[in-house]
Amino acid sequence: MHGLVNRSIELFLKNTYGETAWGDIVRRSGHEGDGFESMLTYDDELTYRVLDAAADLLEKDREIILEDLGTYLISHESVGSIRRLLRFGGVNFSDFLLSLDELPGRTKLAVSDLVLPELEIVDDGEDRYLLKAQKLWPGFGHVLLGVLRAMADDYGALAFLEFEGEDDETESVSIQLLESAFSEGREFNLTQKAG
Amino acid sequence: MDVVTAAGMLDELMPMHLSVSKAGVILHAGPTLQKLQPHLKLKGAAFEDVFEIVRPRTLELGTDLFPAVGTKVHLGFKANGGVGVKGVIVAAPEGDAVVINLSFGIGVLEAVGDYGLTSADFAASDLTIEMLYLVEAKSAAMEASRQLNLRLQGAMIAAQEKAYTDGLTGLKNRRALDYLLEQMLGSKQPFTLMQLDLDFFKAVNDTLGHAAGDAVLCEVARVLNEETRDSDTVARVGGDEFIILLGGYLPDNRLEEIAGRFIQKIEVPVIFEGEECKISASIGMASTHIYDAAATASDLMADADAALYSSKRKGRACFTIFEKAQKSSAIQKAEKSSEEHVSLM
Repeated sequence: MHGLVNRSIELFLKNTYGETAWGDIVRRSGHEGDGFESMLTYDDELTYRVLDAAADLLEKDREIILEDLGTYLISHESVGSIRRLLRFGGVNFSDFLLSLDELPGRTKLAVSDLVLPELEIVDDGEDRYLLKAQKLWPGFGHVLLGVLRAMADDYGALAFLEFEGEDDETESVSIQLLESAFSEGREFNLTQKAG
Repeated sequence: MDVVTAAGMLDELMPMHLSVSKAGVILHAGPTLQKLQPHLKLKGAAFEDVFEIVRPRTLELGTDLFPAVGTKVHLGFKANGGVGVKGVIVAAPEGDAVVINLSFGIGVLEAVGDYGLTSADFAASDLTIEMLYLVEAKSAAMEASRQLNLRLQGAMIAAQEKAYTDGLTGLKNRRALDYLLEQMLGSKQPFTLMQLDLDFFKAVNDTLGHAAGDAVLCEVARVLNEETRDSDTVARVGGDEFIILLGGYLPDNRLEEIAGRFIQKIEVPVIFEGEECKISASIGMASTHIYDAAATASDLMADADAALYSSKRKGRACFTIFEKAQKSSAIQKAEKSSEEHVSLM
């Protein structure tokens, strides 16, 4: 797994549950060292050991942790860059949703060795969307659910999102967009200098 | 059905275009271009009042832009200098005006920030938004790599320091000494190599234990650091063996003074867990200036070692300066030295 993924998990668990909890989780996972480097690569299996150790220690379902991770990635100030990069995808939430199938390509342009699961977005023309994620990283659908919930807030959209389930190849999230401009949303300028 | 006007179509496809009449009057300006000059209405203004041609420099235009059709131009705004734009001049279909389609070029990042532009200000086919995304994504990735490099560099320096340091005393170790010795020889500056062996150290270790021995070694290290300049090198190269590199030319009487003080200070007993640990030291020295040709590391080591051997033979707690001219004189010197230090023994 790319270090950026592991490092994200690390920051999420540290910032949410504290350094001590993180220390415990790392020890339980059997990872040598006290954390992850975002620009190195680790065994996929290690990432799941860390997630399972967190689920054990925090007595939460792994799915819940993954969804919280997704929300954290967008809404926590320490990782503001992901939210900004995603906002480049579209001018409103619906535009953004329809750009999601480009996300793995965009990610690859930024970090060539970070291979995201393929995404497919289907739109029924009545503000209902179905996002299918290739099952490259089992559980990624739950991360997406958290990410999309936070992004809807970010755009100021009111939407109903649900994990739809999974089959052998994909995990699905359904999105019902109720109101595109429900609230102000968070400001987004194309360059950081302008804010 | 809406009537499609040429201007409306161009505004959508090229929001930074400009059409200019044969008389040099701006007939129409795309909405994004107008945004760059909030205090000036472009439509109806004279092209030459608003713009200056930055490149090609040789292009001298009157009010009529037709002679420049097909030319790539860099334009600047006369009003605020700041952002430059570039594009190409083409003739309009009716033949009575030119159209210039402009873009920001490499200054786009600044322009977007300065004018608060949004994706609505760019044509749908324009890759500017993708470029801005890429700039930001790459900067973030680069920053992550930079942080990793900094941490690796820190770890490398720590590892190097560890590799060049004697763990017990914090003095330099043999590896560091070898490296620094070669460096000093390479610099061609004179210096003196001093070998210092502790006397009666084994007795301390055997009777009072290794912890006492360690305490003694640390105290010796402290003394040697205190009695030398920062530019000198103090290394522990064996259990109770030290090598000191004293930089610069030092006459024999200065070396004798320094060696004498080392021995005197080292002989001050160390109290370890209530027990007195008494040791002394024997010293041999060799200076680079006594060699006719350039001294080598092995010359200096061997000769300082020979001098040290003389000191030990003369009953320890002595120092000897190696003299090249006649090897026997080194021993005489040793005798003389030990006489001088009778009181210290």
